[in-house]
Amino acid sequence: MKATLDALQRDAEGLGELRLMEVCGTHTVALFRTGVRDLLPSNVRLISGPGCPVCVTSQGYIDAAIEAAASGEVTLCTYGDMLRVPGQRGSLEALKARGARVVVCYSIRDALKYAQAHPKEQVMFLAVGFETTTPASALAVLEAARLGLERFTILSGHKLVMPAIEALLADPQADLHGFLLPGHVSVILGASPYRPLVDEHGLACVIAGFEPQQLIDGVARLVAQIKAGAPALENVYRAAVRPDGNPHARAITQQVFVAEDTEWRAMGVIPNSGLALRDEYAHFDAFKRFSLSLGADYDPPGCLCGQVIQGRVQPPQCPHFGKGCTLTQPIGPCMVSSEGTCAAWFKYARRA
Amino acid sequence: MCLAVPGQVKEVYGEGLERLAKVDFQGSRVEVSLAMVPDAQLDAWVLVHAGYAIEVLDEREARETWDYLKTAGLYDEIPPALEPKP
Amino acid sequence: MSQVLMAHGGGGELTRQLLVERVLPRLANPLLNPLLDSAILERPSGRVCLTTDSFVVQPLFFPGGDIGRLAVCGTVNDLTCLGARPLGLSLALILEEGLELETLERVIDSLARTAEEAGVPIITGDTKVIERQRGDGILINTTGIGVLPEGLDLRPARINAGDLVILTGVPAEHGLAILSVREGLGFETALASDAAPLNGLAAPLLALPGLRFMRDPTRGGVAGVLADLVEETGLSVEIEERALPLSPIVRHASEMLGLDPLNVANEGKLVIVIAPADASTALARLRAHPLGRHAAIIGQIKPSTPPLAELITAIGGRRIIQRPMAEATPRIC
Ligand code: SF4
Repeated sequence: MKATLDALQRDAEGLGELRLMEVCGTHTVALFRTGVRDLLPSNVRLISGPGCPVCVTSQGYIDAAIEAAASGEVTLCTYGDMLRVPGQRGSLEALKARGARVVVCYSIRDALKYAQAHPKEQVMFLAVGFETTTPASALAVLEAARLGLERFTILSGHKLVMPAIEALLADPQADLHGFLLPGHVSVILGASPYRPLVDEHGLACVIAGFEPQQLIDGVARLVAQIKAGAPALENVYRAAVRPDGNPHARAITQQVFVAEDTEWRAMGVIPNSGLALRDEYAHFDAFKRFSLSLGADYDPPGCLCGQVIQGRVQPPQCPHFGKGCTLTQPIGPCMVSSEGTCAAWFKYARRA
Repeated sequence: MCLAVPGQVKEVYGEGLERLAKVDFQGSRVEVSLAMVPDAQLDAWVLVHAGYAIEVLDEREARETWDYLKTAGLYDEIPPALEPKP
Repeated sequence: MSQVLMAHGGGGELTRQLLVERVLPRLANPLLNPLLDSAILERPSGRVCLTTDSFVVQPLFFPGGDIGRLAVCGTVNDLTCLGARPLGLSLALILEEGLELETLERVIDSLARTAEEAGVPIITGDTKVIERQRGDGILINTTGIGVLPEGLDLRPARINAGDLVILTGVPAEHGLAILSVREGLGFETALASDAAPLNGLAAPLLALPGLRFMRDPTRGGVAGVLADLVEETGLSVEIEERALPLSPIVRHASEMLGLDPLNVANEGKLVIVIAPADASTALARLRAHPLGRHAAIIGQIKPSTPPLAELITAIGGRRIIQRPMAEATPRIC
């Protein structure tokens, strides 16, 4: 590890500021938690992109979910991180305290089990997440169909990584030199979908896992590519990421979902960047079943989350960071979510 | 949140999309679905995400991952205590 | 009759029977036996310490312990942290109507065994019954009385920069064991709770003049105590990740659940701050005790502005350690 760090230091020397983006919330957290950020050369800047599933979810979706829970019509099942995201009518956590049926799940399988055990309740699962989490939602829908779970639905907020990266790069202000590409998303996707980042945008690209050595290797390879002036698509997470990814998982997703234009927090509607249930599975589509529509997207007043997820603002630049906005009193989703960029800075790097 | 370390399949039950496994992480176990990795057999090393195994690692690869952890000094046995500094 | 009835709390014959047949024989000792309205203790020399704690645990039984064991350990350990020698505990039981008497007996048995292990008698008590309300089955309050040796002063104000921080064993075992019996998590582990009375472990340290501070890292975990230290002293603490006595099973279980072992609860560990001159002796004495086999010096108090708890990670980077915001919630994904 020492040798890699030394080589990284040498390679980075004299290259000016190198702006590298990670687009996976677990990378964001691991880079802080393991102390890797602290060991990088001073001219290597890691910028967190739209990698936290809760943070990139538009406020319209959050408000629709909260509305559904408040109606009393449904039992809302959700991953824990969604619980505290503030919406127009407070958070799900606050609704739960007032008696709304909100069930925290570790896996969508928990929601299925709940639906089986409570056949009279309308059980709605908040299905958010990127390519790694989507096949699980697809499997749950297939399973619900097989079991005849009439009252099970999902509110799909699933999103795709590449369209968001493309959208970021379409901004002429985006001044990036490379991407540390996500580990588990790539386990599903394989490497090829990232090709355009190298071929069309000339950016350095490395797929990496989550352990310190993986993270350091990833950054070291990025810097080496930049130094050599030879951007490429590399994979240092070969133990888990096959060139073709996991075709089974993709086929399952394909069977149930279809790409659609989707609104992201602050990034607007990005073409073919989200996943909706196919017509055959419309029965399990909470939007259709309950005639829900997405309201307007907005950031909580004064919150810069929309800028943070695009890497345009670093959390300490937000005037609320560590003052009005803390882990106990979060203002925006980037502080609420365990994978949020503001939360990671607050937990591991707030030194004042 | 992605889980960095692979676990080992120790029990398999059910079929098809309902194929489940107990996956062992060095002394602790969780139940996961094998629906995304139909080829995973008993003793296979798997990566797990949100209650689902998402990939099978071959043994050598899995051990490589563990080696990474070792070089990071993270997965040794209980470390000897630091001696008091003067 | 195999369950607790409302009448068991009514103060009549049924109450007497419950106590005489099910509870008292298990706790018998000379101070409790007269069953007076109050326990009578000889006046000890030194100052008197008093502490109280209530125990609400679900489920009542878990790997490595149960609510009865916790009720003794929690209060004994609170006295221990100040350097007090525990003299006795009160025991208030609040039973839910419908509770199996057999369950009650198991809890009292465990409580009695733990009290004996600690060498601390139950000296007075009370029992009430509440209506069936999907409550917790048994709620327990224990109050502990102890005596503080002359001249012993374990307060954060005595901590100096340069003092060393000791952790007496593997952290996070209790919290992880409790999670394994949480419903819906589907998490199984070979780990057991570390719940243990620590007065015996701490006793040989009390004579060391360099002993500054002890605290048991319960719900906020080790991170919580480190945050306390920083707040109460205005100094900084630097912990070495490589020095933490983490067992492979704790490491993996924490990793698997997305938890930081420093944030997870313990019921049988101490965080100790001690002057460098006495650290080796303290470590040797701790390791000589079965509960302190894995004791380790994990870090040091530092002069620093602003005051911070920091971790030097295994690879040599730095990050801060904070008190966890809420109970550590696992994220299996
Ligand atoms: S610090 Fe808080 S208010 Fe500022 S961007 Fe982050 S979440 Fe929003």
